[in-house]
Amino acid sequence: MRSRRAQRLAGLACLVVLAAGVVASLRYLAVDFGGLFEAESRHRMVRFVAEFFPPDVSPAFLRQVGLASLQTLAVSLLGTAMAAVVGGLLALPAAGRVGLPAKWLARSLLNGLRSVPELVWASLMVLAAGLGPFAGTLALAVHTTGVLGRLFAESLENATPVPEAALRDLGAGPVARFVYGTLPLVAPQCLGYVLYRWEMNIRMATILGFVGAGGLGQMLYVELSLFQQAQAATVLAAMTLLVLADDALSGWARRGLSAQPL
Amino acid sequence: MSATLSPQLRDPLARRRLGWAITALVLLWPLGRLAEFHPATLLAPANLHVMGGFVDGFLPPAVEPDFLHDLLAATLQTLAIATAGIALAFVIAAPLAFVATRSLSIAAIGPADGRWRGQALRQAARTLMVLLRSIPEIVWALLFVRASGLGPAAGVLALAVTYGGMLAKVYAEILEATDARPARALLQAGSGRVAALCFGLLPLAAEELVSYTVYRWECAIRAAVVMGFVGAGGLGQLMDQALKGFVPNEVSSISLVFLALVMLADAISFVLRKVLA
Repeated sequence: MRSRRAQRLAGLACLVVLAAGVVASLRYLAVDFGGLFEAESRHRMVRFVAEFFPPDVSPAFLRQVGLASLQTLAVSLLGTAMAAVVGGLLALPAAGRVGLPAKWLARSLLNGLRSVPELVWASLMVLAAGLGPFAGTLALAVHTTGVLGRLFAESLENATPVPEAALRDLGAGPVARFVYGTLPLVAPQCLGYVLYRWEMNIRMATILGFVGAGGLGQMLYVELSLFQQAQAATVLAAMTLLVLADDALSGWARRGLSAQPL
Repeated sequence: MSATLSPQLRDPLARRRLGWAITALVLLWPLGRLAEFHPATLLAPANLHVMGGFVDGFLPPAVEPDFLHDLLAATLQTLAIATAGIALAFVIAAPLAFVATRSLSIAAIGPADGRWRGQALRQAARTLMVLLRSIPEIVWALLFVRASGLGPAAGVLALAVTYGGMLAKVYAEILEATDARPARALLQAGSGRVAALCFGLLPLAAEELVSYTVYRWECAIRAAVVMGFVGAGGLGQLMDQALKGFVPNEVSSISLVFLALVMLADAISFVLRKVLA
């Protein structure tokens, strides 16, 4: 056990390193934060913000925004659903059900899919599938497959093998053993993971459009590029509403799920 | 196989489950139309050609001295954006959390004037936290880039705003979840709020607060990369340029550096949490 003194010294050293890191970062970026608050740039900022008001609420544009919001929701739902299916299939080898080599192969595949951010996948998918929401769906599906596959595999590994052993002793085949022995044990937890990822993917789908993958994000990017701030303001409002609604709904769903286990 | 099963052995819920599956597919269909779900486009010759050429160019990764120099600069910039962003976020979050923590309310332990003022202030702080958090950092980054063409500074500000809100919320939650009795005793003995925070709450909560902050720094590195895609500097911007300019071997180099950076951040945050805890 380390002495109190040594512990305190280590903590102090860490703090010094942290402070040095922060100072070095600010120096390296050479950001002129003072200049941000100078009269000229302040005026520019104020003017920029003022251009957003009033937001465009003409029925025709609201319809477009509504459609883009629905598209964003559809992208998140389809992406998550695809990921749940593929992730579920990959989780079987990743949980070590078909031998060690397959386990390592599936694990590294899942890790690879997971470690590339959604936005990078989206820019790659725009190359593969062209501009539009389909690229966003694929990007979400690919990244989420990595996440869900790993989580599913962990639930599978943690599930008790007793029911499956009992079914085996009764002479059930491998599919029936899994479907009636293990699946009912892990299904509620897996469903929870899927809902949680769907919630995150709704947020993600709103911004994937920045690289041309459809939905609200693409709309915001285009309107800002055309200097149509009033329209951009409406899109921003829709994004915020979507995220807040998502937050509220998921909180409500989580309380519902925890109150009444499946 | 199922034909040989006697009726008693058949899954009694099979019909209902099939019904649910069909309903789900029917509901998903219009969503698929809306999301322009056309798997066939992936196999269209033009797209296959583009993607094939791109993947083909991944190897070997680009290692020209000029490019490596840019890559190093972008990596340092990403690290700097994340670190500076978290530092500013902390500056925003600490006072907000201090105001929002209920355990530090003097009015809660007995009669005091300004009870309503305190409650209103707490509510205002909480609303501000939600507002800061509800717009994703990349949207802030895009807005800042468009507003003033700031580059990396836009990334720092965007991180500061969103992560400020997130840190404040979690700090307040951690502080309220820790045992409030020492702080309350201090307040009752007449000490100020700051003293009650420093000597009553922080000793108990410091470990968790530090480890959450370090975890957020790790997330900030990833966010800093992603924000580059809207022009906020760092690795992301380099990657965006390489993708748009169709230089696959640079994309693969940048991806490798990104993976290394994430693993490095993981290791650093592990060590920091060990030492500071």
